[in-house]
Amino acid sequence: MLSLVTFLPLAGGLFIFLAIRNPATAKRFALGISLLTFLLSLRLYTGFDTASAEFQFLEESAWLPAFGIAYRMGVDGISLPFVLLTTLLTPICLLGSWESIKERVREYMMAFLALESFVVGVFCALDFVVFYILWEAMLIPMFLIIGVWGGPRRVYAALKFFLYTLAGSVLMLIAILALGVKAGTFDIRALMDLPLSINFQVWVFLAFFASFAVKVPMWPVHTWLPDAHVEAPTAGSVILAGILLKMGAYGFIRFSLPMLPDASHFFTPFIFGLSLVAVVYTALVALMQTDLKKLVAYSSVSHMGFVTIGLFTFNQQGIEGGLLQMVNHGVVSGALFLLVGVVYDRLHTREIARFGGLVHPMPVYAVIFMIFTMASVGLPGTNGFVGEFLILLGAFLHNKAVAAVAATGLVLGAAYMLWMFKKVVFGEVVHADVRGLQDLTTRELLLFAPLLVLVFWMGLYPGPFLEVMHASVDNLITQTTVQKAAGAAAAMAMH
Amino acid sequence: MSKNLLIVLLPLAGSLITGLLGRRLGNRLSQLVTIAGVGLAMLISIQVFLAVAVGEAPVIHEPVFSWIVSGDFQVAFALLIDRLTAVMLIVVTGVSTMVHIYSVGYMAEDPDQPRFFSYLSLFTFAMLVLVTGDNFLQLFFGWEGVGLASYLLIGFWFKKESACNAAIKAFLVNRVGDFGFALGIFAIFMVFGTLDYQQVFHMAATGQFPPTVDFLFWGPVDTITLICLLLFVGAMGKSAQLGLHTWLPDAMEGPTPVSALIHAATMVTAGVFMVCRASPLFELSETALAVVTIVGALTAFFAATVGLVQNDIKRVIAYSTCSQLGYMFFAAGVSAYAAAMFHLMTHAFFKALLFLGAGAVINAMHHEQDMRRMGGLKAKIPITYALMMIGTLALTGFPFLAGFYSKDAILESAFAAHTATGTFAWTLGILAAVMTTFYSFRLVFMTFHGRPADRHAWDHAHEAPWSIRAPLLVLALGAVFAGWIGMPLVGEGWFGPGVFVAAGHDALAHSHHVSAWVKWLPFGMFLIGLGLAWYLYIKNPNLPPAMAEVWAGTYRFLANAWYFDRLYDTLFVGPAKAIGRGLWKTGDETIIDGYGVNGLAATCVRLARRMGRAQTGYVYHYAFAMLVGVLVLATWYG
Repeated sequence: MLSLVTFLPLAGGLFIFLAIRNPATAKRFALGISLLTFLLSLRLYTGFDTASAEFQFLEESAWLPAFGIAYRMGVDGISLPFVLLTTLLTPICLLGSWESIKERVREYMMAFLALESFVVGVFCALDFVVFYILWEAMLIPMFLIIGVWGGPRRVYAALKFFLYTLAGSVLMLIAILALGVKAGTFDIRALMDLPLSINFQVWVFLAFFASFAVKVPMWPVHTWLPDAHVEAPTAGSVILAGILLKMGAYGFIRFSLPMLPDASHFFTPFIFGLSLVAVVYTALVALMQTDLKKLVAYSSVSHMGFVTIGLFTFNQQGIEGGLLQMVNHGVVSGALFLLVGVVYDRLHTREIARFGGLVHPMPVYAVIFMIFTMASVGLPGTNGFVGEFLILLGAFLHNKAVAAVAATGLVLGAAYMLWMFKKVVFGEVVHADVRGLQDLTTRELLLFAPLLVLVFWMGLYPGPFLEVMHASVDNLITQTTVQKAAGAAAAMAMH
Repeated sequence: MSKNLLIVLLPLAGSLITGLLGRRLGNRLSQLVTIAGVGLAMLISIQVFLAVAVGEAPVIHEPVFSWIVSGDFQVAFALLIDRLTAVMLIVVTGVSTMVHIYSVGYMAEDPDQPRFFSYLSLFTFAMLVLVTGDNFLQLFFGWEGVGLASYLLIGFWFKKESACNAAIKAFLVNRVGDFGFALGIFAIFMVFGTLDYQQVFHMAATGQFPPTVDFLFWGPVDTITLICLLLFVGAMGKSAQLGLHTWLPDAMEGPTPVSALIHAATMVTAGVFMVCRASPLFELSETALAVVTIVGALTAFFAATVGLVQNDIKRVIAYSTCSQLGYMFFAAGVSAYAAAMFHLMTHAFFKALLFLGAGAVINAMHHEQDMRRMGGLKAKIPITYALMMIGTLALTGFPFLAGFYSKDAILESAFAAHTATGTFAWTLGILAAVMTTFYSFRLVFMTFHGRPADRHAWDHAHEAPWSIRAPLLVLALGAVFAGWIGMPLVGEGWFGPGVFVAAGHDALAHSHHVSAWVKWLPFGMFLIGLGLAWYLYIKNPNLPPAMAEVWAGTYRFLANAWYFDRLYDTLFVGPAKAIGRGLWKTGDETIIDGYGVNGLAATCVRLARRMGRAQTGYVYHYAFAMLVGVLVLATWYG
């Protein structure tokens, strides 16, 4: 089941490569495949036992037994939401590129389907080597999407993106190998129980950190993100913000916290410090942006700062808030990038000053934009609130000062979002070409419909989303309270 | 689903229907749907009020559904109607219904009516959620919800730059307050492990909490004081208390019915309601009560001084609202919660009446709001004049009208508290009472008396249609009788378990027995204020401009509202922008990208080379093949 969800898109991409020549057919086929994948992934949700903290839908087959490497797949309450988010956003991305991508359509569709496979695979992988291969593999289609279908400075942006992530990947690989050699297996579940000395934990943590921090991205390794977003095509931005940014935080919660609990505790002040800087710093920077997409990109960094704070609170509220906020951010910033894309398709500019008064020609657009703006601001009733509130609550229980500083993000976030909204949507029409703009088409409305549902569903009745996480997060908290270093010392003494 | 739940759901339904289908429904149907929604909610509210508040029916407490569950953190949506809530229900649904009806006439020429009515009903819904909650998070839901509605309605005429800016300002200043409020909620959960009113209040009353907690750099602080002060920061934002008041005058950019409903009668009183609701906590902290008293008293005084010199008819009433909210807070601060709620109720009627009356004047004068261009209107719009006069008399405490009972109850309580802060509040309250009378009659005299300043506009002034006058009449009845009818509210223990007063905090009980001079002093102040206003604006209308020239410094200080806006611009807005630009241009582009990324890239390449030589494992070949592949493809397509 998991392998099917994971590799169906890749198979679809191969089929396009081999058998489909017509771009229009390729488009429809790719959308069909991604929708089918989404429907299949829903079966994962319905078949998921929320009472269990164990990995479910397990699959295991031998690969390189000599090295303890095997094809191991499974999901728990921490990874399942991201699998679903990926399978939901991919068809939205494909539909979103329906008209804006006119060249190399087949290749574009293949890249997206491959990306979906790799990303889902990353979330499902229970073997570190499989994980690493997919983790690196997913960079290729992402790199291509930016580098081939991006804006004028796409090569610069793509290289910056690539260099940043490569630096971290190398270190992560070393850490993975070290862990695997020590344990004699690359089975992630086994590694979670492996006693490790504090010294070892610290080094591995730092190596992981180098990779994950870039992906989150945490301050100060965030500068690739605005450039990558600005140059990426709309759907590229959506998948980048919606899914790829989740990889870093997912890495922290999947590996760093349970495998390296002592180091995680040790580095918590450091993580908090960087996250708080991210929340405040990037919010201030967002305040001054003149490019709409850059503003949303900076807001992403600020919001992801909340996420990392939540994950390192080591309590149920903070971690579940962090996980929920990751999903929220995928939904909301994905939608915001789509909204930017809608006007970019029409006016071919992202300068905030070039808009103004969009509400007059595009009232439906304005309403939808308003809803996602409010979700981004974290208004109660929208999903943004539940995530942010739980994170801040968890942070308060852990360290009041962190919560107090992070909460200033509530004010700053509202400042830049509302200011941007006013400049873009409200006011008189200043530029003549804005006057004749067409409101959202049915296709565009279809893009937003599922995201709108999620905004309110998760905001008003987040139960089904949180329930999936409870058991796994509970288990994770137990894992982080175990002192592995002490266990390691005891093991040493016995030798 | 119980019938009581409909109180909350009907306005929501009205809002959603007109919001989603407004264009198809058209103006008339949109009005009907929303008015039906809030009107029915009002009828049910009255029925509930009669049962719970007039009769002896038990408190209504119904769970609705579970909202957020995470570990031991659990909150639900619920419906809690005790006497405290019942009073709010009447005020909110009553004024809202009147404002909806009034808007039919007032907004008749606006092209966007469905949107307007949808927002009004959305506001009503959020306000009802706020007052019916049984826990602090539902309160916060409504709290932010009314903030959203306020933002949308202030910016209703979004073509106007000033309206958009005022809307953003309102949202942001409130967010500053909510920052404190949110921390207060976190602190409550940390200390009590729940956000449920009943449990929190029970544990607080029985002392089940640590006496001190560490907070930021202050070290150990009194637990309850901390919680109360944090909550109060939120109340200061929402209820426009000194320091966080700057958004309220600007909020007058919104259509006048909005000013009446949201920025006078209901939303801005949410802070007062919250303090009364949380009285079991506030009562345990003398410090918090003292802060509430002082801030309230200062606001009452400050806003009254600024109201003296405003020329925009709506701004005068806005500052008056700010000032009256100050009265309510210092009443709560001296533990006279019942008096605060009483004034909240009467104020809702006469202030809505004044605002809607001002709207009728503005309507008559073709959207003129500057009182210096009015004058002599009583001959042209006598009914509006009479109604405005009733509102003014009720506000200024003319005997036996609404404000006479409630404001006197507050002042007498402050006097009877016999504490330093109580006496401080009483003194400022008495001074503010003179000013209240002065600026209120100044408004009436400048608008309705004297000679018309703009002859042309005066000639074309006309009485408003009945849809505007009818709600005014209903509110005028309230302004006349609400005080007399509402007297039981300040009777001992009327609010039952809804409001808690600690032993020894008997200001309200003692207020009934203060000396006669204390009882009659406010009326003396009324006479002084009225006399001054008459002398300056009827007898010698040339004197005020001359005085403004002689005391130019003082005049500018008051006219600019003590320079709060300028102060905040210099302190916060300017620096935030400068820092933002600095971080972006210097931090991101010069330092991180300029030095960092180049350095990182170099290190990266170096590291990769060294690794490549050192290790020849299978995985590394893979990684490198991948990198090469990427570069080839990028070169190909790029």
